[in-house]
Amino acid sequence: MAGLEFVGVRKTYPNGVRAIHGIDTTVSDGEFVVIVGPSGCGKSTLLRMVAGLETVTEGEIRIGERRVNELEPADRNIAMVFQNYALYPHMSVFDNMAYGLRNRRTPRDEIARRVAEAAGTLQLEGLLDRRPAQLSGGQRQRVAMGRAIVREPEAFLFDEPLSNLDAKLRVQMRLEIKRLQRALGTTSLYVTHDQVEAMTLADRLIVMNAGVAEQIGTPLEIYDAPASLFVAGFIGSPAMNFLPGTVAGDRRGVDLDGSGRTLSVTPPTSVGRGGVTVGVRPEHLEPVSREEAVLEIAVELVEALGADSLVHGQLTGGGSGALVTVRVDGARQVAAGETLSLTVAAKHVHFFDPDDGRRLG
Amino acid sequence: MVENRPWLTVLSHVVLCLGVLVTALPIWIAFVASTHPADSMLSGRTPLLPGGYLLEIYATVLGSGVKAAGSAPVGMMLWNSLVMALMIAVGKIAISIIAAYAIVYFRFPLRKTCFWLIFITLMLPVEVRILPTFGVVASLDMLNSYWGLSVPLIASATATFLFRQFFLTVPEELAEAARIDGAGPLKFFRDILLPLSRTNIAALFVILFIYGWNQYLWPLLVTTDEGFYTIVMGIQRMLQAEDAEPAWHQIMATAMLAMLPPVLVVVFMQRLFVKGLIEQEK
Repeated sequence: MAGLEFVGVRKTYPNGVRAIHGIDTTVSDGEFVVIVGPSGCGKSTLLRMVAGLETVTEGEIRIGERRVNELEPADRNIAMVFQNYALYPHMSVFDNMAYGLRNRRTPRDEIARRVAEAAGTLQLEGLLDRRPAQLSGGQRQRVAMGRAIVREPEAFLFDEPLSNLDAKLRVQMRLEIKRLQRALGTTSLYVTHDQVEAMTLADRLIVMNAGVAEQIGTPLEIYDAPASLFVAGFIGSPAMNFLPGTVAGDRRGVDLDGSGRTLSVTPPTSVGRGGVTVGVRPEHLEPVSREEAVLEIAVELVEALGADSLVHGQLTGGGSGALVTVRVDGARQVAAGETLSLTVAAKHVHFFDPDDGRRLG
Repeated sequence: MVENRPWLTVLSHVVLCLGVLVTALPIWIAFVASTHPADSMLSGRTPLLPGGYLLEIYATVLGSGVKAAGSAPVGMMLWNSLVMALMIAVGKIAISIIAAYAIVYFRFPLRKTCFWLIFITLMLPVEVRILPTFGVVASLDMLNSYWGLSVPLIASATATFLFRQFFLTVPEELAEAARIDGAGPLKFFRDILLPLSRTNIAALFVILFIYGWNQYLWPLLVTTDEGFYTIVMGIQRMLQAEDAEPAWHQIMATAMLAMLPPVLVVVFMQRLFVKGLIEQEK
């Protein structure tokens, strides 16, 4: 077992496209780190650089204490699970798992023991003679996991391993991956664009955007204090509402909808006079009476999910007409066309610089 | 598609039957002719039912050859054809699969150029380059040899192109997974790519074997020694008997024998052949 270390890692493709703009972070031994971001943000590239499938243009990647920049993938002692599983179609499940071990000249009985053990953990015992084409999606996924486990690597690399599964199976396999990683205690790097997957699996999250790690932290740290507008909008579902706020002259409150009503909150000192972008999560907006409200929306659409409902509407008042989403109790009756009066607790308000998107305070 | 138009069904069957007749009748007549004594073909009335000399005629043809025409023994010509066809089929497949592997999986300077160079040779069949090729083969001292018969026909753009197209459909992750599993380029080729190409190889083998077997012009040029005559050119030579009627019964028997190996190859490899052409293993 070993940790991973990124030191000023950059990637520039030969055609001049810069995919990674400098990543510095450490993944400690046994940690489960998820890299999350929209497509094209460089997360897969970063993972493939760890695997050795992409070269490192600048900086250093270490596995354990060893610099691996120049090592062949096979010599890095990592195992990778691919999005499409990449099982060898002409080999049985057993051979698929054993192939890497055979190439390393592992003794025959050792191979048999390790494959049997992995098959036991993953409930693949009855399927060892089958070909990948004869397996269901979930079973293929497990074989791909098995192939990684038998190697007993220093680190697992997952490249969106669940995106080819249907929603129900995805939730189930997510749990299984988490449980397995706990049991084996193997350092894992996991790439996904699904923020729910990221939140549930990760010990620590790396939120990437356009080749930059926008924020690195535990899922709750990132949820509670997103470092930028991008992170705030990306993590959390439904996404955070952003309102153009105006700081009151006495700095004791912020006007959220241009109506003159102010939310009494003391903005951090770094907030200048005038405009500021205020972020509020849908689950933190509470319906209240008109007198207590700090903002009001005209309801356009209600999505009833059962336990709760998502109410989408437009800001009324003098202001911007920004779209707002609110999560309300499922028992509460809200209809389109209604006006909903809302307030928010001061501790749940986030301030961002309207120009560069940085978190303020 | 469900259609219910009876006259269309009738029409399509008539067309199909005519097609079968056009294809099968000459073969049938050749077979019938090979079972009658020489003079019954020349009598002006072509028999439509097999005669009683089947074993006799075929035994003569295979054993001693068509003596009257001064031709080489048919058995030996069949053997020569077989060697040539196998060398061409195996050689073409071996070279083009390796060429396709290089073009698809390796990045080297002028990779695209190499591919296009191979590709444009499609426009240069043997007949077009026959004089220079003959010159090369002659100066390499390969006239009257199996190498001379097969080597100039081995380089193949078609097969390279087919393998390239197939390799492009193999997911890239497979090569990456193999790399992580510690398989080098040759190991990946042998353990993964070759087994996956099995059906493609079989389909190509059938096509190329027949292509090699049916070569006519090239063997005619490079062989002057009877010991290297191939069956297809041999049949033609039998007709050129001087001072004698062509021995039609023996010529037809030879033609029947010449048709047999390609048919056998198709029959026995049909399952793999069809699979290789229509379906990719997932």
